[in-house]
Amino acid sequence: MNKIKRKTVEYGKYGYYFIIPFFLVFIVFQLYPLLYTFYTSLLQVQKVGRNSSEVVFCLGNFTDYVFKQGNEFWPAAGVTVVLWILNFVPQVALSLLLAAWFTDAHNKLKGQGAYKVIMYMPNIITAATIAVLFFSLFDVHGSITGILRNMGVVVGEDSILTHGPASFFVIAFIQFWMWYGNTMIVLIAGIMGISPSLYEAAMVDGASGTQQFWLITLPLLKPIIQFTLVTSAIGGLQMYDIPKLFNNGKPLVNVGNTTIESTRTIVMLIKQYVDAGSKQNYGRAAAYSVVLFAMTLVVSLVFYALTSEKKEKRA
Amino acid sequence: MAGITVNQTEDRKKTKFARPIRYTVSILLCLLSLFPFYVLFINSTLESNIIKQGIHLIPGSFWAANYEKLTNKTDVVSTVSVWEAMLNSLIITVPATILQIYFASLTAYALTVYRFKHRNLAWGFIYAIMMIPTQVSIVGLIKVCSVTNMYGTYWPLIIPAIAAPTTVYFMKQYMESSFSLEIVEAARIDGSNEFRTFNTIAIPLLKPAMATQAIFGFVASWNNLYTPSILLATEQDKRTMPMFVEALKANDKQRDFGEIYMGLFITVIPIMIAYFLLSKYIVSGVALGGVKE
Repeated sequence: MNKIKRKTVEYGKYGYYFIIPFFLVFIVFQLYPLLYTFYTSLLQVQKVGRNSSEVVFCLGNFTDYVFKQGNEFWPAAGVTVVLWILNFVPQVALSLLLAAWFTDAHNKLKGQGAYKVIMYMPNIITAATIAVLFFSLFDVHGSITGILRNMGVVVGEDSILTHGPASFFVIAFIQFWMWYGNTMIVLIAGIMGISPSLYEAAMVDGASGTQQFWLITLPLLKPIIQFTLVTSAIGGLQMYDIPKLFNNGKPLVNVGNTTIESTRTIVMLIKQYVDAGSKQNYGRAAAYSVVLFAMTLVVSLVFYALTSEKKEKRA
Repeated sequence: MAGITVNQTEDRKKTKFARPIRYTVSILLCLLSLFPFYVLFINSTLESNIIKQGIHLIPGSFWAANYEKLTNKTDVVSTVSVWEAMLNSLIITVPATILQIYFASLTAYALTVYRFKHRNLAWGFIYAIMMIPTQVSIVGLIKVCSVTNMYGTYWPLIIPAIAAPTTVYFMKQYMESSFSLEIVEAARIDGSNEFRTFNTIAIPLLKPAMATQAIFGFVASWNNLYTPSILLATEQDKRTMPMFVEALKANDKQRDFGEIYMGLFITVIPIMIAYFLLSKYIVSGVALGGVKE
């Protein structure tokens, strides 16, 4: 007995050895960069006299660039969040509907495998390629603009790209189009995991298909929908490829008396101050990153709170 | 009791109308998924002036000329050709994917097979960091790269794959459901050392899960635009495929659509072929909870 016990203790050290590479790389490439970004957000380059400047440790990047009236952060944050809502709400609605259809035992549709494969496909194609493809369709000289011009919807040098709300909706549509297949497959797997005996019992009690959906499927699917919501929200907050390559933040739109870039997301804003050039300002980019991190954290904490509450209730 | 019959005959009546509606919607959505790629394919065979006029459904004969223009030009795009860009992406993606699944499996194995003091802490930590996006620490990553002289090289795009919390999570889930610890015990009795047991006995058993995770790891790295476009910004000849796509759009004035569509077509076609070959595994991988970007 004693001998065996000693042996397990001996083997335990391999557990430590085997997780060392993961944690080492995590510390160097993720944890340290994150902490250094926090530190950088507190460093501001300030002018001293006419030609020299010094780095000051202060909250200046936040007070000047995040919380000052007329700053560019909150418009970008608003664009990011609204773009996400505009694609997520229809995405979940359509995915739920399709998932309900594809799992309907009384009304089996043929070719489901093919539908799933085709509807998921846009998700796996390079987002950069998709963005440039849609850009090429909607550009002034693009194929779809050609059709819209013949129909008289756009005139002269106008196109969807020069129209604020229109290009905004197209970006939301592209995101929706890329992601509903993914969400649908996740939801179908969720519905398949619900015990068939629940539906049988409901049938005996005379519940209709619609009643079964609202009273059994939807409540039991709630944790999966929550999970989808959170992963999608976190991904949505980091949105970059599609808006960047579709319209690069344009067009400029007047809101009140400030002019904003109507499709520029937070990550696009961060990149602007990271890129080499006259605008480069790591402190400012870091301050935006910190606020983005805080937003992401709030979303995940709300989710963890919701799910742990559930577990307590069950226990 | 009357309620039952009414509800369920109503259901049957609805079913009659439901079927054609469901088929129509499903097929329309499939067409919506395919249509932009069909236009992409057609436009890659047409001349720029014809593309500008509208949507065409029949392929033309201009594809060779478009390909010629795409590969023979001396502007921004041609600092790397489309093939060089894809090769650059492969040089990053292949080692990154191998490192990612190997070390994620090793980490998951350590957390499943061994009982050590801080095991739960380590697992809780990995679970917690799954949600942290990499985009928020870019300023610090640039710092690390410049201090270690890795800025402008492929290393900071490859090495971080060793620490992929989501992959660890899925590997651990798989091991808990379908990996028996008795095999490890048996290997010990046969005198195999722990590292060898992992490499020669555990890895072959983990292959199905590793294959699924490798597909998603490969796709994520292959499609990544943000990090490479910052860390390789100064290295024009190291541009990756998504960076090539960005450059394709960038040359503003004399925009040749035939050339652009040909470039897009070449970047899309390998993924599409791989996708339709592997779609069974990919769809079931997504169903597992998938990997969200």
